[in-house]
Amino acid sequence: MTVETLAFAAVAVVLLASSLGVVLTPNLFHAVLYLAAALVATGVVFLLLDAPFLFGVQLLLYAGGVVTIVVFAIMLTERLVGASIQQSSRYLINGALLSAAVFVGVMGFVVQLPAAGDGTAWPADLTAAVGRALVGPYAVPLELLGVLLVIALLGALYFARTEP
Amino acid sequence: MPLGAYLTLAALVFAIGLFGVLTRRNAVGILLGIELMLNAVNINLVAFARFHADLAGIMFTLFTISITVAEVAVGLAIVIVIFRVRRTVDADHLDLLRG
Repeated sequence: MTVETLAFAAVAVVLLASSLGVVLTPNLFHAVLYLAAALVATGVVFLLLDAPFLFGVQLLLYAGGVVTIVVFAIMLTERLVGASIQQSSRYLINGALLSAAVFVGVMGFVVQLPAAGDGTAWPADLTAAVGRALVGPYAVPLELLGVLLVIALLGALYFARTEP
Repeated sequence: MPLGAYLTLAALVFAIGLFGVLTRRNAVGILLGIELMLNAVNINLVAFARFHADLAGIMFTLFTISITVAEVAVGLAIVIVIFRVRRTVDADHLDLLRG
C-alpha cells in the first residue's frame, strides 16, 4: 500500500459517505453541510490528480460560493416558514434501482477502458499552463463565460427584485 | 492509482446524486443532488485530462465549475420566488405547468 493508495482510499470513503449524507439526511441544513464536505473531498481528488489550481477553484467557487448561496436560500425560506424544513423522500426503491442501473451501465464502459496514455507530458506548473491556455486557444470561450455570468447576475437580480 | 479507480469513484458519486434527484421532494434538495452529479463529471474530466496529459479536460472543468455556480444562483433565486408565491418548495406541489 503506497501513500497515494491510502490517500485515495481515505478521500473516496469521505466523498462517498458525505454524498450519501447529502441525499439521505432528513434535515436540509445538514445536507448542505454534507455537500460542503463532499465538495472539499472532490477538491482533494483534484489534488491527487496533480491539479492544485483546480483544488483552489473548487474551494473558492464551490465550497465557498455555492454552499453560502444554498445556506442563504434555506435561511430565507425557513425564516418565512418559521419552522425548520424537514424533507422527506419518495420512490426510494425505484430511485435506488434506477441509480444502480445507471451505475452498472457506466461501469460497463469503464471495464472495457482502453489503456490510458502515460501522462508524462503533464505541465510542471499547471497554473501557468492554464493561464496561457485561457488567453490563447480558449480566449473566446472565456469571453463568452463572462457574458454568461453577467446574464446570470441580471437574471438573479430580476427574480430577487421587489414587486413594483 | 489507475484511471479506472477514479472513474469508478465518479460513477458512484454520480449514481448517489441521481438517487438524490429522483427521491428528494424539496426543490433545494434536488439542486443539491444535481451538484453531486456535476461534481462526479468534473472528477471524470480531470482524471482523463491527467492520464492523457491533455489540458482540455482541465479547461472544461474550469468552465463547468463557473457555469454551475451561475446555475445555482439563478436556480435558488427561482426557488425563493416560487416560495414567495406558492409558500412551498415541495416539487410535487409545483404542477402549475402540468397539462
